[in-house]
Amino acid sequence: MKKIRTPEELEALRNSLLQQRDPNKPCVRVCLGTGCRARGSVDVIGAFKDEIKRQGLAIKVDSKQTGCHGFCERGPVVVIGPKEIFYQRVKPRDVPEIVSKTLLNGKVVDRLLYVDPATGKKTLYEYEVPFYKKQRRQILANNGRIDPTNILDYIAVGGYQALAKAITTMSCEEIIDTVEKSGLRGLGGGGFPTGRKWRLCRKAAGDTKFVIGNGDEGDPGAFSDRSLMEANPHSILEGMIIGAYAVGANQGYLYVRAEYPLALKHLQIAIDQAREYGFLGNNIFSSGFDFGIKINRGGGAFVCGESSALVASIEGKMGEPRAKYIHTVERGLWNKPTNLNNVKTWASVPLIINNGADWYAKIGTEKSKGTAIFSLVGKVNNTGLVEVQMGTPLKEIIYDIGGGILGGKKFKAVQTGGPSGGCIPEELLDLPVDFERLTEAGSMMGSGGMIVMDEDTCMVDVARYFLDFLQYESCGKCVPCREGIKRMLEIVTDTTAGRGKEEDLELLQELAETVKDFSLCGLGKTAPNTVLSTLRYFREEYESHVRDKKCPAGICKDLIEYFILEDKCTGCGACLKLCPQQAIQGEPKKLHIINPAKCIRCGICRDACPYEAIITR
Amino acid sequence: MVTLTINGAKVQAEEGSTILEVARFYGFDIPTICYHDELTPYGACRLCMVEVDDGKRTRLVASCLYPVREGIKVRTHTERVIKGRKLILELLLARCPNSKTLQDLASKMGLEKVRFKMENEDCILCGLCVRMCAEQMGSGAIGFVGRGQKREVVTPFRTASEICRNCGACMFICPVVELQCRGVKSPGELCNSCLVFTPQCLEKYGQVMCTLDSCGACVEKEEK
Repeated sequence: MKKIRTPEELEALRNSLLQQRDPNKPCVRVCLGTGCRARGSVDVIGAFKDEIKRQGLAIKVDSKQTGCHGFCERGPVVVIGPKEIFYQRVKPRDVPEIVSKTLLNGKVVDRLLYVDPATGKKTLYEYEVPFYKKQRRQILANNGRIDPTNILDYIAVGGYQALAKAITTMSCEEIIDTVEKSGLRGLGGGGFPTGRKWRLCRKAAGDTKFVIGNGDEGDPGAFSDRSLMEANPHSILEGMIIGAYAVGANQGYLYVRAEYPLALKHLQIAIDQAREYGFLGNNIFSSGFDFGIKINRGGGAFVCGESSALVASIEGKMGEPRAKYIHTVERGLWNKPTNLNNVKTWASVPLIINNGADWYAKIGTEKSKGTAIFSLVGKVNNTGLVEVQMGTPLKEIIYDIGGGILGGKKFKAVQTGGPSGGCIPEELLDLPVDFERLTEAGSMMGSGGMIVMDEDTCMVDVARYFLDFLQYESCGKCVPCREGIKRMLEIVTDTTAGRGKEEDLELLQELAETVKDFSLCGLGKTAPNTVLSTLRYFREEYESHVRDKKCPAGICKDLIEYFILEDKCTGCGACLKLCPQQAIQGEPKKLHIINPAKCIRCGICRDACPYEAIITR
Repeated sequence: MVTLTINGAKVQAEEGSTILEVARFYGFDIPTICYHDELTPYGACRLCMVEVDDGKRTRLVASCLYPVREGIKVRTHTERVIKGRKLILELLLARCPNSKTLQDLASKMGLEKVRFKMENEDCILCGLCVRMCAEQMGSGAIGFVGRGQKREVVTPFRTASEICRNCGACMFICPVVELQCRGVKSPGELCNSCLVFTPQCLEKYGQVMCTLDSCGACVEKEEK
């Protein structure tokens, strides 16, 4: 392959690709993101290929694997072009029917369409599905359209044009001005303006500089970085090349968790292909600018998502943060000026260069521009990857896009920003999502995790879960984080076990505030957020654990009792047979009774009861 | 030279020095545990935190790492700082109740009670020994392994180190193991013996060997 050296050559390649590709040719696009893979989409695309081969249709139809479409709840997702018919939960056995009906005759297979649970109406197209309707997918726009392992797909949708534009027509200062004017902000705790960071890095003394893409997404429940890396790796590379050109770096690193094998594979393929086409390597677009990207695999430490720990990890040292009184843009990787951004931030850069700063600055709120990506999970009907305009109210994300709470239960809280974020209660559901509002509410944007919790969630237990995660993931360097989280966990665990004392809550508050103030890095500084926010919004729940020794949500095992309702029990014996402790007694067709002394509160009986006669109290 | 204010006093300092160095030079006492003059600052114990006002905002920084800058206003003993320091010391004491260094600091700071469940660890993970071994002894025979609660100082693979020369520098610099406080009788108690002028040691040793500094002599005497 001849390397591409001018924007004209890129344009010519794109035009020839568009000519080769008939837009009216039927094309099957199967999602091969990790979520759909888990539901068997590899078999689905295999079945499509076999069926197309069997019927001898290879010339008439295309089949393509794409990255994550976002609607993981309804996977495996298949979209049939050119009409963009959206099928969900496709099984290999559905494939022959789809091929003969939809691909060949343009008819729709009714039973595979998405049914809107609210209206009961079937929707034909992806953009009609309520899950997608209210989203503004721009970073994720091409996720479901292109084959992530094929650079030509990316070029066909206009890829690397921003790079061509930036390198050949803009000066470094102009690029930085554009990014600064766009209002793009980083995804660390504070939402630092990306343009300003680039400028600081450009101005920093030294000839050798580095750029780093942070794809070390370690929060429980977050998968937006992974989906982007798997589905559209070239957009990240393009952003990084532009950024490196602007700040004057010649070497880039992508730090990705080793637990993301597919993302690593796709990124490596993308880097090799970009090098082959001349977007990486020497003399990019004949500008004299050289740039290469290396992938570093993370060893599985959550703390390595923190910039200074990440830098230490790349250097081959222990993944431990250091104080950043001298910022990484001045002294980062190997003490050289280093510009680190999240992969989503890098992927936003080509959009800004292509469409201009004003276009980007128009999206979002006054201080938070552009879009935010959330991994919507938990007790919500439509789990999946969501991209919304900044300023979208939480209510809209959870109810309109997420389809409301699972099983018609009542909403209780939503946790944003992973373990470092806080829990936002129902009264703040109208909160527009942006950097400032989330911080004010005691949470943060962070990695973009969004965990929805229903009325059956005990907030003390939630705090305990996240503290447990953090005490394991704290690097252990500084005292407040290592010892403080351990002690907070001790207090919260005591509370959930009914051993809590009233003065413990004061101590917990004091401890949380000190850990927040005194910790060395972002992990420790944000670790108490779950505790502080649950103490702020759900204090009465802590108090009832401590004072009345009761768990209002019926979760904390030591504080609840399983009980059979007299009027609902039919004496069927389903619970009695399954109880592992023989704690249930009763004669057939008569009321059964649970012996609390024997009961270990496993909940098997409640799940087994067909009459919902077993409750916790 | 840069000019800054520490607790209201205008002082001059060399560029590149840290707040802690400057403050100690001018006689302001900032407690530390993981800091040593001859080793790279580490910033882990967080006892040396001070409030710094750089004109834009006031924030807490670790004075052992923060380089002095022109015009900053440093306050070493604000309410926020002292409250936090006390709690951190409390956390450390709950981990290592028998450390004389920690007990003395507690007396100095007026810490009255440890409210956490007591443990009996030997190491506070200050990292002085690791830095001592690597930086001053040029050996690097010990290091940290594990993270979070599992962090500890060991030799590689926990076997006898081939490069360790048994110089004992790690033991010399350790603030915890070398000096054991023998005054603590019940868990959670703070000893205070060495810092009051009618120390309880009198009953035990007959003669006060130290009053204000930790010389360790009383410990030795008891062992004899």
